[in-house]
Amino acid sequence: MDELLPRLPFADWIDFAVDWLVSTFGTVFDGIADLLEGIVEGSVDILNMVPSILLAVLFALIAWFISTRKIAIFSLIGLLFIDYLGYWYPMLQMLALVLTSVFFAIAIGIPIGIWGSQKENVRKVVNPILDLMQTMPAFVYLLPAIFFFNIGVVPGVVASVIFAMPPTIRLTMLGIQQVPKDLIEATEAFGSTTWQRLSKVQIPLAKPTIMAGVNQSIMLSLSMVVIASMVGAPGLGEEVYRSVTQLKTGEGFETGLSIVIVAIILDRITQHAGKNKKGGTTL
Amino acid sequence: MNELQVKKKIEVKGATKIFGKNSKRAAQLLREGKSKSDILKETGATVGVNNVTFDVLDGEIFVIMGLSGSGKSTLVRLLNRLINPTMGLILLDGDDIVSMNKESLREVRRKKIGMVFQNFALFPHKTIEENTEYGLEIQGLTKVERQAKARESLKLVGLAGYEDQYPNQLSGGMQQRVGLARALANDPDILLMDEAFSALDPLIRKDMQNELLQLHHDMGKTIIFITHDLDEALRIGDRIALMKDGEIVQIGTPEEILMSPSNEYVERFVEDVDLSKVLTAGHIMKKADTVLVDRGPRVALRLMKQLGISSIYVVDKSNRLMGAVTAQDAVLASESDKSLEQVIITNLPMVSSDMVLTDLFDLVSTASIPVAVINEDQKLQGIIIRGALIGALAGDNQFINNNGTVDSTEDLNMGVNEHG
Repeated sequence: MDELLPRLPFADWIDFAVDWLVSTFGTVFDGIADLLEGIVEGSVDILNMVPSILLAVLFALIAWFISTRKIAIFSLIGLLFIDYLGYWYPMLQMLALVLTSVFFAIAIGIPIGIWGSQKENVRKVVNPILDLMQTMPAFVYLLPAIFFFNIGVVPGVVASVIFAMPPTIRLTMLGIQQVPKDLIEATEAFGSTTWQRLSKVQIPLAKPTIMAGVNQSIMLSLSMVVIASMVGAPGLGEEVYRSVTQLKTGEGFETGLSIVIVAIILDRITQHAGKNKKGGTTL
Repeated sequence: MNELQVKKKIEVKGATKIFGKNSKRAAQLLREGKSKSDILKETGATVGVNNVTFDVLDGEIFVIMGLSGSGKSTLVRLLNRLINPTMGLILLDGDDIVSMNKESLREVRRKKIGMVFQNFALFPHKTIEENTEYGLEIQGLTKVERQAKARESLKLVGLAGYEDQYPNQLSGGMQQRVGLARALANDPDILLMDEAFSALDPLIRKDMQNELLQLHHDMGKTIIFITHDLDEALRIGDRIALMKDGEIVQIGTPEEILMSPSNEYVERFVEDVDLSKVLTAGHIMKKADTVLVDRGPRVALRLMKQLGISSIYVVDKSNRLMGAVTAQDAVLASESDKSLEQVIITNLPMVSSDMVLTDLFDLVSTASIPVAVINEDQKLQGIIIRGALIGALAGDNQFINNNGTVDSTEDLNMGVNEHG
């Protein structure tokens, strides 16, 4: 084969492109890095100002308000357990990283999803990119992220955003497209503008599906914390990584369990957020 | 109602809709007179509505009827451009809808045309009141204004008190009332009703038809009603357009469609209709044999003998029905020198000419003398004999009068009346 076809230097091209981007947009990337770092560290600082017990109670109340009492009790006990194990601060660092990533994944993902739901051409472009984002091993884009943003929490956030965004986009598109045709016709027949149709009927009806996407994004972002710790992102992931490299099985389990507790709390709360408490049905 | 003076609300001229990518080529073929199936074979395009022309008059209920796939739902969507026509003109109050830009079209949809859907198409996440408000909400009315109008509209369809319920808490019939209220809340001139009652069970459906007729009577809106059900079409339509394969096969009043189907297709369509709900007393009545009240019992007796009947109707000079007299009573009267007036039976079975046959059965089967058909001035229009009722139900045309009145020139008993 080597003699028949000249080997295309894909790898060289990618390297060249990354170098070019770094040298040309270096200041832009630095700005983004500063912003993200500021957000994550700022949130950690704010969360850390609150006494752990008070924060655990606060989370429990939020859980109660959005979902059920059972989940509220689980949140309270789970968070106090993490505090008891001594992983409170790493937990806050992880939470800040996850929530920041999810915030950007949603802020970028939902508008793209809405846009894609309206335009066939957008879908044709977006879908293969989403496939690529989800199947490309995360380590592969951690590497360029280091070039762009140095090591630390920022490449972790960027990698998490990329990895976590696809479900939000996909399920937003799906949810909006699944709104029955006769309801769309009804909005049109009464003279709605495109935005009125979307905001008053399609998006509210798609809300449970969109929230399922958000929920998936949170879970994916949580699954990235250990990987992100390899490029220097702090938090529970870092603790897990250290336990693994130092063969400390017991500590590994403790930190792993802490991640699971946070995951369950976030999962249950967001699952309930999609449900309509008032009555009436969505899709 | 003099139809010539009523203004045209909607004029549809040569409206055509072709679905598919090759619609231009298909339109060309259509103009050349190729059939629907040929066009499908050659271009892959489907002709949904083919060169349809009709007018809808202000304030009438215009029914578009056809089997599924006949293009009726497509046709009604051309009227508010939920589907854009491939060719043709659609004038609403003289303005062409087809050439309108987005903004004007939106304005027409908001103000002039309301629509009711087959499967209700209520928004499941909104309350009944919010659903009803929808059309007003998107026009930017304040909450107070639209709430007032929505409540009024809900009251109109008999749903006051259900404002805060959600659609899934209501039965099908009630949901469609909400659909109707939502369309009425905008106070449009025209209501498009796409198989609006087809998803309802028969009893509810009949109630809804009656209520629609009542609303139509009270509000005088122009209604375009799509249905696949001939009975429904005949019941509520002022005029009916029958569709087949995207074309209108016949337009006419329910009676015209029933009595003179323009072709074999229409004939087959109306063949199974329940005649007892369509035909009226006027359709089956015969010219009555009468005697003037001042002629006396002997004249009456002679007439009965001549005609071979055992009773005869008695009328005054202006043909107002006084009663009937039997042969037996006439004999007694002539022997005792009484006047006719003294022996007539006055509690006769009487019906008006627009009563449908199904309501006549009881009366006709129990009456000892033929049932009299009278108009609002008590004038005798004709009589109904049992044989004609049964004959008409059997679909025998010789028992059915085409225009609902007795044509005097055709009447065999002519001359019997007072000259006899």
